[in-house]
Amino acid sequence: MTFALIRKARQSPLSYEIKKQMHKIVAAIFLAENIKKIEIEAPRIAKKRKAGQFIMLRVNQTGERVPLTIADADPEKGTITIIVQGMGKSTKELNTKEAGDTISDIVGPLGAPSDIENFGTAVSIGGGVGTAIAYPTAVALKKAGNYVITINGARSKDLVILEKEMKAVSDEAYITTDDGSYGFHGFVTQKLQELIDSGKKIDYVLAIGPIPMMRAIAEVTRPYNIKTMVSLNPIMVDGTGMCGGCRVTVNNETKFACVDGPEFDAHQVDFKNLTDRNKLYLPEEKQSAEAFAHKCKLQ
Amino acid sequence: MMTFLPQFFAGMAFFRIITPSFLENNIMCPQHITTKERLAIPRQEMPSQSPDVRNKNFKEVNLGYTPELARKEALRCLQCKDPACIKGCPVNIKIDQFIKFIADGDFLGAARKIKEDNVLPAICGRVCPQEDQCEKACILTKKYTSVAIGNLERFAADHERETGNVELPAVKASTGKKVAVIGSGPAGLSCANDLIQLGHAVTVFEALHELGGVLVYGIPEFRLPKEIVKQEIEGLKQLGVKFITNVLAGRSVTVDELLNEEDFDAVFIGVGAGLPWFMGIPGENLLGVYSANEFLTRVNLMKSYQFPNNDTPVFNCKGKNVAVFGGGNTAMDAVRTAKRLGAEHAYIVYRRSEAEMPARLEEVHHAREEGIEFLMLMNPLEFVGNEQQWLTGAKCLKMELGEPDESGRRRPIPIKDSEFILPIDMAVISIGNGSNPLIKQSTPDIEVSKRDTIVVDLNTMATSKENVYAGGDIVTGGATVILAMGAGRTAAKAIHEKLMGIDTHE
Ligand SMILES: Cc1cc2nc3c(=O)[nH]c(=O)nc-3n(C[C@H](O)[C@H](O)[C@H](O)COP(=O)(O)OP(=O)(O)OC[C@H]3O[C@@H](n4cnc5c(N)ncnc54)[C@H](O)[C@@H]3O)c2cc1C
Ligand SMILES: Cc1cc2nc3c(=O)[nH]c(=O)nc-3n(C[C@H](O)[C@H](O)[C@H](O)COP(=O)(O)OP(=O)(O)OC[C@H]3O[C@@H](n4cnc5c(N)ncnc54)[C@H](O)[C@@H]3O)c2cc1C
Ligand code: SF4
Ligand code: FES
Repeated sequence: MTFALIRKARQSPLSYEIKKQMHKIVAAIFLAENIKKIEIEAPRIAKKRKAGQFIMLRVNQTGERVPLTIADADPEKGTITIIVQGMGKSTKELNTKEAGDTISDIVGPLGAPSDIENFGTAVSIGGGVGTAIAYPTAVALKKAGNYVITINGARSKDLVILEKEMKAVSDEAYITTDDGSYGFHGFVTQKLQELIDSGKKIDYVLAIGPIPMMRAIAEVTRPYNIKTMVSLNPIMVDGTGMCGGCRVTVNNETKFACVDGPEFDAHQVDFKNLTDRNKLYLPEEKQSAEAFAHKCKLQ
Repeated sequence: MMTFLPQFFAGMAFFRIITPSFLENNIMCPQHITTKERLAIPRQEMPSQSPDVRNKNFKEVNLGYTPELARKEALRCLQCKDPACIKGCPVNIKIDQFIKFIADGDFLGAARKIKEDNVLPAICGRVCPQEDQCEKACILTKKYTSVAIGNLERFAADHERETGNVELPAVKASTGKKVAVIGSGPAGLSCANDLIQLGHAVTVFEALHELGGVLVYGIPEFRLPKEIVKQEIEGLKQLGVKFITNVLAGRSVTVDELLNEEDFDAVFIGVGAGLPWFMGIPGENLLGVYSANEFLTRVNLMKSYQFPNNDTPVFNCKGKNVAVFGGGNTAMDAVRTAKRLGAEHAYIVYRRSEAEMPARLEEVHHAREEGIEFLMLMNPLEFVGNEQQWLTGAKCLKMELGEPDESGRRRPIPIKDSEFILPIDMAVISIGNGSNPLIKQSTPDIEVSKRDTIVVDLNTMATSKENVYAGGDIVTGGATVILAMGAGRTAAKAIHEKLMGIDTHE
């Protein structure tokens, strides 16, 4: 009886308020086809994050934990910004979200921050949505006093993102398109080679984009011994160093990208192993994506 | 009070009025039973799902004792005067007393007696290695079979919960002190439990989106239903413990920030041993090679066995050959999970012999019943794969047992030219866990050992940093639920004394 009393007394609403802290989306707009910029409430993360770090989010209770780079943050407002390319089910579902919707879970900031110092001349290279991932580091490099050159590549003009933002932090800003519909006609590697050939002394390169692009950049800078970092995107589960699913081979050693990375020395990364490992769930990814497309059609 | 006297042990039967058929009789009278009769009762088997059914589902294997079975088993206890079992229990549950309550039919009394020493009995009753602890020490073990203490513990706790009789303990008046607990595994939960009852405000920070640590992401549903863990945590919430998920200490917030900016008076670190070891052999990064943590996390935490209803996929085991490397509880959990996901052959590959396997006996027994194949005295040298980098086999070396090593276990030595390739599609590496480096990196003034475990004073669990305590796997390396729980409680007591200025020295 006394116990029953105690039980009632302790059932204050306070203990339930924490059941689930949902994260509200405060703004969401498409920057290009399939690439969405989403600003979400996450005050703790907004305060702590540094360039190069990421979050993992779960859209809802049955969702995957998806790693996404923190493109920007507003500590005062308590929000972070992510830029998401719809690749498969999880990212496409995320990109259906609008301002006012909520996200179930966000954890971060994860990963080691980018190594920022005044290198001298730093080139930030982004391919596709990699531009968004490179952006916060480009900002930090500029702040640290570097002469910042940005090269951002896209397949065509309508897929170019963050042009204005990149220009604002760059001493020189270049855009390349595969089809020549805008800026330099060709690949980011060609533009980088051109800069090197023009005799510009480059001290540091950060390259983020599809694996073949990062691999190609590593080969461009290798003969010149230019310090080159890439941000790797292995498949992750927890993002806390607990599962080892994100392991990558760097300098013949196994590293966990979620705690030791995601940035690594491009000249030491085993890109082939990364490419192979990212194919682990191709059939399942296809199955999920098709089911999701079907569901969308029905709605 | 009718307590049992050790006279019984000496074979004195004052009140013997029971017929020889009392064993078949459900209504047994604990007062009127002789030692001889107690000894004649066989250990009561735990009812379970039949092996061929359960190896295809994720429902709990053991079904639990009925009240009749529980009382019958409880009657086997001799009610020793100086019970050896209690000394074998890491938290010294008053085993003889709770078993007597069960024998007397007072199941709630039994549950409450256990809870004086163990805050998570429904969990411990299921996962403790009893055969190495209380049941090993039980006086009956030598000549007969030990009392099924674990099964009885589980019964009492389940009975209390299932009949809706879980009582929330009283909480002392607020002390105005704030304590942060990092990690929601058994160490963190038990520390939070004791501190909140002592009147401190407690906030638990958990890195993952679910609470419970290994109890939810590691140990599978078929061995420990998640609903039980959830209810324990719900109880703590009702006591007023505040839980914040998705906070990775060391990244989202540091220990120093908790102490200095968020005004916590003390911090308890119970982050577990969460860094999976790999074997360092060639081919470990082939497609299809997993750590046990990853495989189990995908299946348990992310519920990938319900893919595509849950979005997270896992290796499709259907009709495949799966080998799990290791011999602990984690290995058993992984291999039985693979079997349930449809593996054609599911192997345990272990480099010593079965006698040396650290897994709970019951799990090994269950695994065997479920059709798990045990390949003992076998050491993997290399993983081999096809052109697309998918795993196709493990090159293994056969071993034989040599002389005992420092730990007393006979050392396995390789048999020359015994290499062969075991054809497998998936490999799960389950050779143990190290410490996650995040706390160490972000709080360099906490002393750690060479193995990166946190160094503490074992009497108080105090670390080298003022007002920071640690316990569980982060201190011991991968150990057990009950040890983690005990450490959390030791720390809670010490934190309380420190915060309240209670002097424990005379
Ligand atoms: C540290 C890090 C930062 C990232 N930052 C961004 C970002 O800012 N913006 C952005 O659009 N994308 C980012 N990604 C990639 C993004 O996480 C994946 O595109 C996403 O998880 C794919 O999930 P999906 O279900 O939509 O597609 P799926 O159908 O699962 O997969 C589509 C493709 O994405 C790859 N992929 C699948 N799961 C993962 C995973 N968990 N992690 C990485 N790749 C995966 C697969 O190899 C596959 O080729 C980042 C990845 C990492 C590791
Ligand atoms: C598969 C498996 C089966 C097992 N079976 C048994 C068994 O049958 N019997 C038995 O007695 N023992 C068993 N064990 C061992 C037992 O589970 C552990 O000894 C016990 O859980 C340790 O408790 P803990 O509280 O120290 O850590 P954990 O249970 O590991 O909990 C630590 C928690 O802290 C969180 N965390 C980690 N880092 C941070 C951070 N930086 N910030 C915030 N949170 C963080 C983690 O996410 C986790 O939730 C098993 C272990 C495994 C992996
Ligand atoms: S040692 Fe065995 S018989 Fe003795 S009190 Fe403990 S459980 Fe009962
Ligand atoms: S994602 Fe699990 S360890 Fe990196």
